[in-house]
Amino acid sequence: MHLTKEEERLLAGEGGEALRKAMEILLTLGEMNNAERLIPITSAQVSGVSYKTIGDAGLEFLRDMAESGAKVKVLTTLNPAGAPVEAAHELGFPEEFIRKQREILRAYESMGILVSCTCTPYYVGNLPRFGEHIAWAESSSVIYANSVIGARTNRESAISALAAALVGKVPEYGLHLSENRQGSFRVEIKTKLESSTDYAALGYYVGRNYKGIPVFAGASPQGEDLKALGAALATGAISMFHFAGATPEYREEKLEKIEVGEEELREAWEELNTCEEPDIVTIGCPHASLKEVLAVAKLNPRREVWIFTSRQVKELAERYIKNENIKIIADTCMVVAPLEELGIKCIGVNSAKAAFYSANLSKISVRFDSIENLLREE
Amino acid sequence: MRIKVRKISAGIAEGEAVVTREAITFLGGVDAKWGVVVERGHELEGRSIAGKILVLPHTKGSTVGSYVIYQMKKLGTAPLAIIAVKADEMLATGAIISGIPLVDSPSEDVLSIPQGAKLRVNADEGYVEVKD
Repeated sequence: MHLTKEEERLLAGEGGEALRKAMEILLTLGEMNNAERLIPITSAQVSGVSYKTIGDAGLEFLRDMAESGAKVKVLTTLNPAGAPVEAAHELGFPEEFIRKQREILRAYESMGILVSCTCTPYYVGNLPRFGEHIAWAESSSVIYANSVIGARTNRESAISALAAALVGKVPEYGLHLSENRQGSFRVEIKTKLESSTDYAALGYYVGRNYKGIPVFAGASPQGEDLKALGAALATGAISMFHFAGATPEYREEKLEKIEVGEEELREAWEELNTCEEPDIVTIGCPHASLKEVLAVAKLNPRREVWIFTSRQVKELAERYIKNENIKIIADTCMVVAPLEELGIKCIGVNSAKAAFYSANLSKISVRFDSIENLLREE
Repeated sequence: MRIKVRKISAGIAEGEAVVTREAITFLGGVDAKWGVVVERGHELEGRSIAGKILVLPHTKGSTVGSYVIYQMKKLGTAPLAIIAVKADEMLATGAIISGIPLVDSPSEDVLSIPQGAKLRVNADEGYVEVKD
């Protein structure tokens, strides 16, 4: 890989140990993927925030990085934490967990990272424009940026996104290159998709069975539908999709076709459903948009529902929501919070991503259904 | 015998081989405190990789494994060096942040190196020497 003089100097340790390590990571990942050079980025989104997922090992690494005094070079936001930054005690999170979680956030903050604690950075001001190169971790935001915004990012890990943010660059390979952003197969939708939950089931089915860049046709999704579709696709190995009439890089291409109808969606539905009576209904994976929060309020739920979202959306939505059954929780979500430790056994979700990770990471049973059905009283 | 390899993470180390034909999961599959493989049914279950030269096909599982390698290094329970048939990004970032030499793409079958064989890994010059 070709390095500039300045990059060589960083690699030699002239910018300090943290930057040397960051450069070495970028160089190695670049060479492993046959990149020719590093290119500047305009934005980063860093994952690896919840104490539940990174544990003491991650905390130790971040503490050391923070102590080295390294600072990020570009606008950098952060994924959700394992507990709300402020109201964690009220919700019954264990004391030790809250303490460790706060230490992680402090380490990130001292590196100049904005403690946004959301997986939807594009809803809170980290919004790249079409064609920009960025380094995002968090698979659901990666696929949204590539597909819906048309910005360019590979699926970075917690460490590679942090390294890119510190150097302000990424190796140029994969989805940074136009030739790797074309569709690889076409998905004809042969059934009516009625809610974002249907899009999530579609994404889960395709992500489970295929790799590459799917090109969808045959429906008219809203922005939130594309968010749900992408998050579900990304539970597999997919980091970009196109959608006829809905995403900016869609083009007519001659591609191999598959059809997805009612039967395929039912297959996804059955796989994701493992219980019937949820202890609690949780919305907001990825974090709910303003529109989604207001839509839940409009249903006037008569059972308790937790909505996970960003602090910004919470702040605005709460001014207009009076229903006491609606609890809006910022900074965290049902996937990265230790819900299993709060005694929850069966969780109601409208997100395929939440369903997948609740079952596999938290070992909680799931009822996967539309918001309307989850909130309907028997 | 000299085996050609590709450098992933720099450094030189000498020590005893601990060899597995099965992939290793660092998060959940290795106890960082003692440097012991704990994954049930793994052919190295109960064996220490601390202070050894770990020879493996590749890794599997969570990317958080990078941090586990770092934690092992700080606790003194990490391998001295790692020889992989194919290094993935989790292993590469883990080795780099921890300063552990890591090489891959060997020119010979490294998985048939006997347990306990004395090895010298020179990542900087791209070779592994099997001493007799």
